[in-house]
Amino acid sequence: MNRYRNMAVLVIVIGAQLVLLAYQVRTKDDVSLLRSVTVTAVTPLARGLDSMRGSSLGFLNRYVLLYNAQHENERLKQELDKMKLENQFLRTELTTADRVRALALFQQQTRSRTVAARIIGTATGTNSKAVFVDRGATDGVQRGQAVITPDGILGKVTFVYPQAAQVLLITDPAFAAGVISQKNRVPGTLKGLGRSQVLVDYVQNEVKVEEGEWFFTSGDDRVFAKGIPAGQARVAKQGTTFKEIFLDPAGLQRGLEEVLIVLEGVHQAIPEGSAPASGPVVIMPPASESSEANTPVQSESGLPALSTDADRLREKLKRVGELQGVKYGTASGRLPNFNMEPNQVTRPVAPLLAPEPAKPEPEAQRKQ
Amino acid sequence: MTELSDQILMTSPRTGKISRFRIVWQIFIPLAAIAFQVNVPLFFRYLSYLELPLLVTVYFSLMRRNPIGGTLIGASIGLLQDALSQQPLGIFGMVKTLVGYFSASMSIKIDVDNSMVRCALAFFFFFFHQFLTWVLQRALLAQPYEFKATQTLLFGLLNAIVAVPLFLILDKLKERG
Repeated sequence: MNRYRNMAVLVIVIGAQLVLLAYQVRTKDDVSLLRSVTVTAVTPLARGLDSMRGSSLGFLNRYVLLYNAQHENERLKQELDKMKLENQFLRTELTTADRVRALALFQQQTRSRTVAARIIGTATGTNSKAVFVDRGATDGVQRGQAVITPDGILGKVTFVYPQAAQVLLITDPAFAAGVISQKNRVPGTLKGLGRSQVLVDYVQNEVKVEEGEWFFTSGDDRVFAKGIPAGQARVAKQGTTFKEIFLDPAGLQRGLEEVLIVLEGVHQAIPEGSAPASGPVVIMPPASESSEANTPVQSESGLPALSTDADRLREKLKRVGELQGVKYGTASGRLPNFNMEPNQVTRPVAPLLAPEPAKPEPEAQRKQ
Repeated sequence: MTELSDQILMTSPRTGKISRFRIVWQIFIPLAAIAFQVNVPLFFRYLSYLELPLLVTVYFSLMRRNPIGGTLIGASIGLLQDALSQQPLGIFGMVKTLVGYFSASMSIKIDVDNSMVRCALAFFFFFFHQFLTWVLQRALLAQPYEFKATQTLLFGLLNAIVAVPLFLILDKLKERG
C-alpha cells in the first residue's frame, strides 16, 4: 500500500507539472508569480555571493597573492609605453591638422587657383628629389604646373597620372626657376643641387646681394607666378664668374606633407621691406656704453625715426650748430664747438672759433 | 554476500537512519545552490559545469529516505530552477522530481553514508538528469537541444568528485539526537 502511495504521489506531482507545462505552451502564458517569488528569494543570496566573491578576491589580490603585483607592474609599464606612443601619434595628428588648416587659409587668400594635394610617396632613384602627390589628371593637374606651400615654392609637376602626379622638387639638380632678390632686385636662376640648399646662378659679381636677403620668383620661367617666396640667402659671396648665392628653400621649411598645385597662377608684386612668411624681425639697437646712445633722438618731423649711428651723429651735430648759432654750408667762417653736449645745454653758447671783431686800440698803446 | 556488499546494502530498511535538518537549512541550502548556479558562472565560467541544485536534491532525498519527501524536494528545487530559466516551468521540475524519488527510493536499500556510494550516485543522477532533460526538451518543447554524451560523462565525474566533500559538509548540518 505504501509503495502505491509513493508512486501515486510521484504521478500526481509529475502530472501536475505536465499540466503546468502544457498550459504554458498552449496559452503562451507565463507563471509570472512563481518566477517573481523565486527571483525575489534568490536575489539577496546572489547579491551576498557576489559581495562575498568580491571581498574574497580583493583580500586574495591585496594580501595573499602579492606575486601578482610584479606582473601587474610589468603590465602597467607596457601600457604606459603604449600610451606614450599613442600620445605621440595624437600630437603628430594635431600638427598635421594645424598644417592643413594653414594650407586651407593660404588657399583662400591667394588669388591663384590651386588644388590641395598630399604627398604619398617618393620617386625611386638615389639622387632623385621627386615625390608623388595624390592629385592627378582627374583633378585638373597638368604637366609643368607649379607646386607651392604657404611658405614658398616647392617644385613643379613633371608627370601626370589619372590619380597622381610626380613633382620635381626645388632641390633636384634638374630643377630651375627664375628668381629675383627682394631688396636689390637682382635677377638670377634658381637651381637645385641635390641637397638641402639651392643655388642662385648667373648673378654678376658686380651686383650687390646681401646675406639674409630674400629671393622671390620672377615669373620669367612661365611656370611660377611672380612674387612667390623662393628662399633666403644664407651665403652670398664673390665667385669666379658669377656670385655664389645659396638659399634655404622657403617651401621646404615645414617638411613634405601637404602642398598646393597651382592650376591657374596669378602674378603678384614682390613685397617691399619685410621678409615674407617669417613674420617681423626684431633687431636690437647697437650696444653702447653711454646712456645717450640709447636715448631716442627726435627727427625734424618729431618722429623717432633715427635708427642708425650716422643719423644720430648728424642730428647731434645739427643741434650743436643750432645752439651755437652756426649754420652749416654757409661761408660764415665760424666753427662750432663739437665737444659740447647738446642735451646738457639749455641756453645758446658762443662758438669755439668765431671770427674776432675789430677791437679799438687802448689809449696807452696809442700814446706810446 | 561479501563483506563489502554487506556494508553497502542494508539488510533491512529500518536499519537506515533518517536524518533531519532544520527548516532554515532546508530552505537556505537549495536557494544558495540555485544562487550559486546563477551568479558564480558569470565570473568563473569553468564552474558552470557544477549542477549544485541537483546535488542538493540528491543529498536531501538520500537523507530523507522517503520517496514522497524526495519527490517533493525534487519538485520544489526543480521548479525554482525553472523559474530562473528561460524555458517554461516544469522541465527541471519533472526531472528533479524523478531524481528525488529514485534517490530516496535507493537510499532505503543502500547505505548512503558511504562516500563511494555517494560519489557513484551523484555521477549516475547527473547523467540521468541531463539525459532526461534532453528527452523532455525535445519531446515536449521541440527544442533542438543537443546531448553530448562524452561531455556529460566528464561533467558527471566532476560533479561526483565535488559531491563527496559537499555531502560531508552538509552532514555537519544534520540535527543531532
